[in-house]
Amino acid sequence: MTMPVPAASDTSVDPGADQKAHTPETVGRSPGRLMWLRFRRDRVGVISAVVVILFFLVGIFAPLISAAYGNDPYTQYGQETPGLLNDFGYPILPNGGISDQFWFGLEPGLGRDVFMMLVYGIRTSLLIAAAATLLTALIGVVVGITAGYAGGKTDYLIGRIIDILLSFPSTLFFIAFMPVVESLFVSPEEETPTWLRAVSLITVLTLFGWATIARLLRGQVLSLREREFVEAARVSGASPARIVFKELLPNLWTPIIIQSTLLLPAFVTAEAGLSFLGVGIVEPTPDWGRMIQRGAEVYRDDITFLIFPGVAMVIFVLAFNLLGDSVRDALDPKTRR
Amino acid sequence: MSEPLLEMSGLTKHFPIMGGLIVKRQVAQVHAVDGVDLTVHAGESVGLVGESGCGKSTTGRLAARLLEPTAGTVRYRGRDIAHSSRRELKPIRPEIQMIFQDPYSSLNPRQTVGGIIRGPMEVNGIAPPGGRNARVRELLEIVGLNPEHYNRFPHEFSGGQRQRIGIARALALEPKLIIADEPVSALDVSIQAQVVNLLQALQRDLGIAFLFIAHDLAIVRHFSQRVAVMYLGKIVEVADRDSLYERPRHPYTHALLSAVPEADVTAEPRERIRLAGDVPSPIDPPSGCRFRTRCWKAQDRCATEEPPLVRLQGNRDGHLTACHFPEDPTSHGGNVILDPALQH
Repeated sequence: MTMPVPAASDTSVDPGADQKAHTPETVGRSPGRLMWLRFRRDRVGVISAVVVILFFLVGIFAPLISAAYGNDPYTQYGQETPGLLNDFGYPILPNGGISDQFWFGLEPGLGRDVFMMLVYGIRTSLLIAAAATLLTALIGVVVGITAGYAGGKTDYLIGRIIDILLSFPSTLFFIAFMPVVESLFVSPEEETPTWLRAVSLITVLTLFGWATIARLLRGQVLSLREREFVEAARVSGASPARIVFKELLPNLWTPIIIQSTLLLPAFVTAEAGLSFLGVGIVEPTPDWGRMIQRGAEVYRDDITFLIFPGVAMVIFVLAFNLLGDSVRDALDPKTRR
Repeated sequence: MSEPLLEMSGLTKHFPIMGGLIVKRQVAQVHAVDGVDLTVHAGESVGLVGESGCGKSTTGRLAARLLEPTAGTVRYRGRDIAHSSRRELKPIRPEIQMIFQDPYSSLNPRQTVGGIIRGPMEVNGIAPPGGRNARVRELLEIVGLNPEHYNRFPHEFSGGQRQRIGIARALALEPKLIIADEPVSALDVSIQAQVVNLLQALQRDLGIAFLFIAHDLAIVRHFSQRVAVMYLGKIVEVADRDSLYERPRHPYTHALLSAVPEADVTAEPRERIRLAGDVPSPIDPPSGCRFRTRCWKAQDRCATEEPPLVRLQGNRDGHLTACHFPEDPTSHGGNVILDPALQH
């Protein structure tokens, strides 16, 4: 069959499209490749990605860093070696005791190595926050899409559960719930192992985290479900699974990524708060959040101890949010970057 | 004529309205479509016209089985598909496709044009010779787009081009019937003609039957061999094109035709019928004839007795009207010659 209408008939209405047609670089590239090109052109995004990856590498390779550096996060150098801390427990050397041996200085009181505490603290916090974020996003996406797509009674039931979870004072619940979870597995006389504390933290954070993302996605799915491209897919006989994964999910990456990039730093801080309250990770396991809490107690006498974990946290949270923005822009074919 | 391709009879769709504070229950229902009988033969184009909210889009969606009818039957090639499950519909799906009204929401913004057109082929496991991508390029060429644009996203195209992409998607499965739900009403007038001509060429060359839903009478006259007029969920008049446009019998059809703007300003002014009031609510439609609340000929009988859709005296074969007090057939236009391009 021949062309009933010449190809150029419509392009006269849209001269921009006509011009682009002659630009050879946009022809024949897959969406994934275009996405990568868009992302690479975004300088802020690339820098943020490098910073975020660096933080994760520091966390993953903490034992290697410790071996190369020569110190560890548990030894109380200030107590063992005289001449490092004064009578009040503060480092004698200026700037919090920074020296060749202790790059970021010494912890006031116990006299541990701040650099090592930070490296291992990042490891602990990121592990917990990343696991909680992944689980939260996964549960939130599954429940949210189910509620939005199924509708009816399922939607009503899930909606009420979300209502209850969102109206709950979660911090109070964390404090009350953490000892319960731990006592389920460990008798009160025994020492609670650190991995169990981490697992219960992840469980509790996930339990209260998924409701927001589920509610958000439910709304998105409700509006997308009625769009005509979903009807077009149904007319061609597409299964519900195909509609969810091929038609709806690509349109949901933006809210999922934004929520997750907000969740991860929030979980890092939430975990820090719980550790401060004594229901999270406890001494002597190094923890990023608890370092900041301890730094806040001593900042009038030793500001250096607050600066290192604090600045590291600011850089991490900022880089993570900027990275989320850039990924979202790269995923959206409409952005002009 | 041969056995109808699509046959709808007594087709009814009521949408429930839920109310109540805690326990939701049905308080009323919208009578969107209320007993529609319509047939589409192979290769034929049937126009369905009516005001907004008269149920023509719902009828189209019932015919495509996007909605399940409350009552009545939808027969495709003699098989009732009114309550078929997705699995039972699977073999029929490729044969009935749809073109949508809004070219901006009918294409997934996150898929490339190639992905959109390839989708129906993937769903139905169709592997054309030369591969799906070659078929996508061929389809893009058929609808008058540059085949090299398959890797672009929908937002890079204009409204008319997007509608062509939607048409290419509908053609991907080589359908026997296309339900076109106001395919040009969202487009510029200059683009409308191009898209209608494209659809007409497809109907002629590929022998695809169309159920063409529109509110623009001129376009329906240009495109359809048979036309049905809908009012408030019911068909009030159905006839072949020339019979309907030249010798309409139902007062509502008269009113609709008189509302078509005249392009020739020098022509003598025509009779202009102005309908008073609004379309009554489909939640509580009037008894008897639904048009009686706005009809200038309405009498007591119209409120009590619903007029059946029958062939009136003086009408041509296949010209059915649902009216107790029909207008006289207008005298002119007795001898009509079909557009030779559309004759088959």
